[in-house]
Amino acid sequence: MHDDGPAIEAEGLRKRYGDTEALSGLDLTVPAGTVCGLLGPNGAGKTTAVRVLTTLLRPDAGAARVAGADVLRHPERVRARIGLVGQHAALDEVLSGRQNLVLFGRLHHLGGTRARARAAELLARFDLTDAADRPVGTYSGGMRRRLDLAASLILDPPVLFLDEPTTGLDPRARAQVWDAVRRLVTDGTTVLLTTQYLEEADQLAHSIRVVDAGRVIADGTPEQLKTALGGDRVDVELARAADLDRAVRVVGAAVAATPLVDEAGLRLSVPVTGRVAALAAVLRALDDAGLSAADVAVRRPTLDEVFLRLTGHDSPAARPTGKKVTA
Amino acid sequence: MSATTAQPRPQRLRWAAADGVTLTGRALAHWARQPAQFVIGLLFPVLMVLMFGYLFGGAMTVPGGGDYREFLLPGMFAMTVVFGIESTYAAVATDTARGVTDRFRSLPMTPSAVLTGRAAADLLHCAAGLAVMLACGVAVGWQWRAGASAALAAIGLLLLLRLALIWVGIHLALVLRRPESVVVLQILVWPLGFTSNAFVSPDTMPGWLAAIAEWNPLSATVGACRQLFGNPGWGGESFAAQHAVVLAVAWPLLLIAVFLPLAVHRYRRLGR
Repeated sequence: MHDDGPAIEAEGLRKRYGDTEALSGLDLTVPAGTVCGLLGPNGAGKTTAVRVLTTLLRPDAGAARVAGADVLRHPERVRARIGLVGQHAALDEVLSGRQNLVLFGRLHHLGGTRARARAAELLARFDLTDAADRPVGTYSGGMRRRLDLAASLILDPPVLFLDEPTTGLDPRARAQVWDAVRRLVTDGTTVLLTTQYLEEADQLAHSIRVVDAGRVIADGTPEQLKTALGGDRVDVELARAADLDRAVRVVGAAVAATPLVDEAGLRLSVPVTGRVAALAAVLRALDDAGLSAADVAVRRPTLDEVFLRLTGHDSPAARPTGKKVTA
Repeated sequence: MSATTAQPRPQRLRWAAADGVTLTGRALAHWARQPAQFVIGLLFPVLMVLMFGYLFGGAMTVPGGGDYREFLLPGMFAMTVVFGIESTYAAVATDTARGVTDRFRSLPMTPSAVLTGRAAADLLHCAAGLAVMLACGVAVGWQWRAGASAALAAIGLLLLLRLALIWVGIHLALVLRRPESVVVLQILVWPLGFTSNAFVSPDTMPGWLAAIAEWNPLSATVGACRQLFGNPGWGGESFAAQHAVVLAVAWPLLLIAVFLPLAVHRYRRLGR
């Protein structure tokens, strides 16, 4: 539809609220047909960026184009080409799911007949047909999210904004939302997704921008970022304190890295490349040495660790109670 | 699927009207979904008529003589109008707090329809409430005695006051944005109602309070309604009481002149 250029393009976006700079020169380019993850803690400026790009908020400075239209000069054109799923399901709780979709369809100027047909289609697609005529107030969190997503897809927009789409959802509902997003991307939709979870960005995004204090502080593919950030870690929790010293030597040799040791917790943690191979190597080494572990796990770096690495400070969200990361 | 950009002006106006109608229809669907709440809302002023008319009514004297219920009913019509500000506030504050207003703002619809649709829905709600109250009035012996056209003019003044309060309510909701703060309004409508001529004549109040009551916008509408319905207790010594009909037009127009631009300004400022 608008394949002459990126689906989202922002340059030098600035927005100040009193003393706080929510956006301090944010640049962003998202090629059409890809998923871009804006990763950052609460207060990093992710939502403000989405509100500017969806024409809900005027920036103090900067320019942006979405789906080929200028956000400031032609907001009405942008609105006809985007879908927005905000942080909280923006639905009429009194009306039924069907009534909500028909309402939003009419406001997209589909007319009554087409709005009803489109509502039925979307309800079926998001597995909500059975609950279609119940008030939204009775829906579960996952159902609301799916309806919210359906409501943002009335016109099959070429560009979709998802602002923390899975915050507060249980793992099953989260997986359902992820599936829905993947299917959209297969159909060619461009998605800008904000999230606090590295795993979510990792699951969905082709490219990730790490946002802090209103600007992008790192970007790349999930793989590039993880490599740059020290990648995955294998954590080993031992059963006996007496095994600790030997385990440090054995595990360190197995993955050719120096483990960090938490003596009180009988834990050691070591950076690895290649999740599965490294996990297998650690397990084999422990077994060969006759050491018994209470738990062995491979994990992604946490957002806290990413932040510490990128900014030299803990994420703002983690600051008050954040765990100290010894890297 | 549909292109809504760069429309010619008549097309834009058509969409503005269509979007307003869609959002008015949404409010009607709310009433259909919550019939109990809707009916209780309509019946509350009826309960008030019964309480004031029959429990307190015996102790009330009407200035210039006359039946207290005849005196009370125009006051209760106006109170019904004033209670409506609570539903305007609750609807707008809930939409804004839940992000529904932002969703509307992100759609390719006419932005002003969010406010005009609300205003139209609330006027319809008020008309339904007044219809119930008129029927209630007739049931307790109230009558319009000055002809149908004067009675229609009185109803028009009541709706005009409601229109003014719609914009006050929208403005407050966009400023406070907290649905639960509706409690404050539910409390404040009472001093507003009691420091007026709705329930008793200001003549019975201490001088300073009487002055406030005489100039209360609500008193203007109530006085004008008593006059136009031909009910007892209208008129009086003060300028305000003698020019009730003029003030019943002027006060709401003044409120609209102040609060409509403020509400629109606030609505636009959601984007700043």
